[in-house]
Amino acid sequence: MSHTIVPQKTYLYIFFSLIGLTLLTTGVAFIDLGPFNTVAALVIAFTKMMLVIMFFMNVRNSSGLIRIIIVAAFFWFALLIAFTMSDYRTRTWTPAPESWSSAPPTHP
Amino acid sequence: MSTATLEPRVHAPRNYLNADYGWKSWLFTLDHKRIALLYLVSITFFFIIGGSFAVLMRIQLVDPQGAIVQPETYNKLFTLHGVVMIFFFLIPSIPAVLGNFLVPLMVGARDLAFPKLNLLSWYIYIVGGLFTLYSAIAGGVDTGWTFYTPYSSTYSNTQVTAVAIGVFITGFSSILTGLNFIVTIHKMRAPGLTWFRMPLFLWATYATSIIMVLGTPVLAITIFLLALEHLFHVGIFSPALGGDPLLFQHLFWFYSHPAVYIMILPAMGVVSEIIACFARKRIFGYKIVAFSSVAIAVLGFLVWGHHMFVTGQSVYAGIIFSLLSFLVAIPSAIKVFNWTATLYKGSISFDAPMLYAMGFIGLFTMGGLTGLFLASLATDVHLNGTYFVVAHFHYIMVGGAVMGYLGGIHFWWPKISGRKYPNGWAALAAAIIFIGFNLTFFPQFVLGYLGMPRRYAFYPAEFQVLNVMSSAGATVLGVGYLIPLIYLFWSMRYGPIAEPNPWGATGLEWKTPSPPPTENFTEIPVVTEEAYAYAEEEAGHE
Amino acid sequence: MSDAPAHLEAEHTGLAHQFEDLEQQQESDFLGIWLFLVTEIMFFGGLFAAYAIYRWLYFAAFEGGSHILDIRLGAANTVVLLGSSLTMALSVRSAQTGNRRALVYFLIATMILGGVFLGVKAYEYNQKFVEHIVPGLDWAPEGEVLAHLAPGGLQHAQLYFFFYFAMTGLHAIHMVIGMGLLLWLVIRGRKGAFTPHYFAPVEVVGLYWHFVDIVWIFLFPLLYLIGGRY
Repeated sequence: MSHTIVPQKTYLYIFFSLIGLTLLTTGVAFIDLGPFNTVAALVIAFTKMMLVIMFFMNVRNSSGLIRIIIVAAFFWFALLIAFTMSDYRTRTWTPAPESWSSAPPTHP
Repeated sequence: MSTATLEPRVHAPRNYLNADYGWKSWLFTLDHKRIALLYLVSITFFFIIGGSFAVLMRIQLVDPQGAIVQPETYNKLFTLHGVVMIFFFLIPSIPAVLGNFLVPLMVGARDLAFPKLNLLSWYIYIVGGLFTLYSAIAGGVDTGWTFYTPYSSTYSNTQVTAVAIGVFITGFSSILTGLNFIVTIHKMRAPGLTWFRMPLFLWATYATSIIMVLGTPVLAITIFLLALEHLFHVGIFSPALGGDPLLFQHLFWFYSHPAVYIMILPAMGVVSEIIACFARKRIFGYKIVAFSSVAIAVLGFLVWGHHMFVTGQSVYAGIIFSLLSFLVAIPSAIKVFNWTATLYKGSISFDAPMLYAMGFIGLFTMGGLTGLFLASLATDVHLNGTYFVVAHFHYIMVGGAVMGYLGGIHFWWPKISGRKYPNGWAALAAAIIFIGFNLTFFPQFVLGYLGMPRRYAFYPAEFQVLNVMSSAGATVLGVGYLIPLIYLFWSMRYGPIAEPNPWGATGLEWKTPSPPPTENFTEIPVVTEEAYAYAEEEAGHE
Repeated sequence: MSDAPAHLEAEHTGLAHQFEDLEQQQESDFLGIWLFLVTEIMFFGGLFAAYAIYRWLYFAAFEGGSHILDIRLGAANTVVLLGSSLTMALSVRSAQTGNRRALVYFLIATMILGGVFLGVKAYEYNQKFVEHIVPGLDWAPEGEVLAHLAPGGLQHAQLYFFFYFAMTGLHAIHMVIGMGLLLWLVIRGRKGAFTPHYFAPVEVVGLYWHFVDIVWIFLFPLLYLIGGRY
């Protein structure tokens, strides 16, 4: 439980860091980093999320159970994406048989 | 308390049933035990609805040309049978009825952590059910309970949206139930009730709740997207517009495969309780059985692709999903072996609950082993979409989950109603159900192996003998389900009054009167021993 | 779970009968809201997963769609929402310290910022109707918008805008529910329902509000910043 009272200053620092990161992520979008634009955007978003979770939601002072629950949620979300993606990424590894592509279109 | 049996009926001690009267005291109750009974009545209603659809299907299939209905109607019958039985009977069956009733009693608490949410979950369930009933009356739906796209989103002009809304809404009832159980088990255990002193039913319920909380929301969003696609045709699941129908299957099965474990895990918990009680022994390998529940819940999330082996899913993903599907067999087999080992040298008595539990073990084993055939990539190509699949999952869901549910109802009925039912009738019903079930579904394994596809209103004449056998078995099964309905109703008024612990079982729920008082325990109990502390040398109870 | 006699603690405001003491109740409330947030993560998670698949399949179309959105509005709204998270955190703190006036003021400030966010969102939605890029309802992009969308394929761009509306729409619905909860807190808070011993509702709504903020933290880069604006 969060019985500890966090000083107001801490919240303000976190808020300004979040604003800074927002400006940063917007700024980075105007620089050509190739595929790393996406990476940068996600890393910054993840950092912002951690700041909100740890300080605003005060998980810093919460029990281990709460932390496990949060990690489990994101882990399951990752499972959903990873296993689904594993299908899409490998679908074309084995090309479809010749006869499939010569079949007439099936859509009415 | 032991004098309770001697008291005349009019002076029955105050309990949750006679604490208050009138419909308001039921519809606005916050008592978990009364909410459990609300669920019991409603799921029985839906069981009868879903069962009637099954009856019509089996009548239809007596004749190769179809005995009673046109294919369009048949499509609606199997769809509504699946939707009603899965979302409105099996998923809420053990968790919402027995779980609601037993979790607070077993942890030694006065109620679940969030009684209002608990009542809300029942109302949500009813609203979802009404949407589904509306869709059935307003023309039905013909997509199959799986709602596969693009048929459901683009082509079907039946009541897809209404059913989708019904299932979407009911999902939240499941989520709230799971959430309530997890919090209750974590935070409200009686003093001394450590994790490894908990009855295995609690472990199973906990594992089930994890699936409900993590899986159900994904079904909700999937159904939501399906409804949007059905209404606006934006193309998310439509190949004609660049969407991928398989994505729907991925998202759908991410929940709906683990949902099978929502049905079977609580039944396994029930069976553990019954086996230990009627063999008068500690469960063999308690910790392993407890962890295997959690292992099934976790592994169950990693196998959904085995529903999609022949859909155009990548073969490499298929190999991984196949391998992982085999892994689920390990914790499942551990349970079966450990129950068997518990029976070994036990003082076994064959009361009605035990008969259901034994039926569960046999039928679940059959269902589980045939699952391995389907998890193998090569054999699945042959068996996919045939009656073999139908038989396989009915062995799990009906032979497993429903047997476990009935076993649980029989085991805890004296606690729930305060009355005993006639054991002879109950044993007879268990036998009839077991025979009727096998007669119904074993021929379907053969039919599927011979190549009869599921979901067809007609079939070639050479399959008629097996189909008639199956339909005959369904009649026996139907009679078997009717008998408990009658004698359980009968026992509520005429049954002998039950003492607090008629089976001589361990567990906190047996340490309070039958039926329990509204506050469950006059004083919160203190637990000093592990679960299933049966004195093993003693002779069996009378 | 503690040995403290239940009836002594029951005199406190807000102890429900099923709990032994306030601490047990608070821990349960706290665990309950976090589990609820887990279900929310998975609920949005399904949508994010679908988004991830299509973004990977049709990157060019998503890039084109993204460049039609006004990045300034998106960034400004992010700042507004982060500000509302700050005021929310401060209102929980005020409840902790027992400052009732500050609690109500910060809650109202959170509602105002939430309202600003929804106002900007409504303006953006309206823009989409003006530009005829609402999938399913009004899909007929033309002129400059069409030029942006055409390279990635119009059908696939429609998918992008479907996700745009589905994700921001679901997020907005959560905001509206959150505003309702805040209003309820304001009404109760004015009556002095919350004390330093009992403020779980403020904390629970706060966690929900922060979660909604986190969803937006991801929606902003995923919808507005695809492929960069260089």
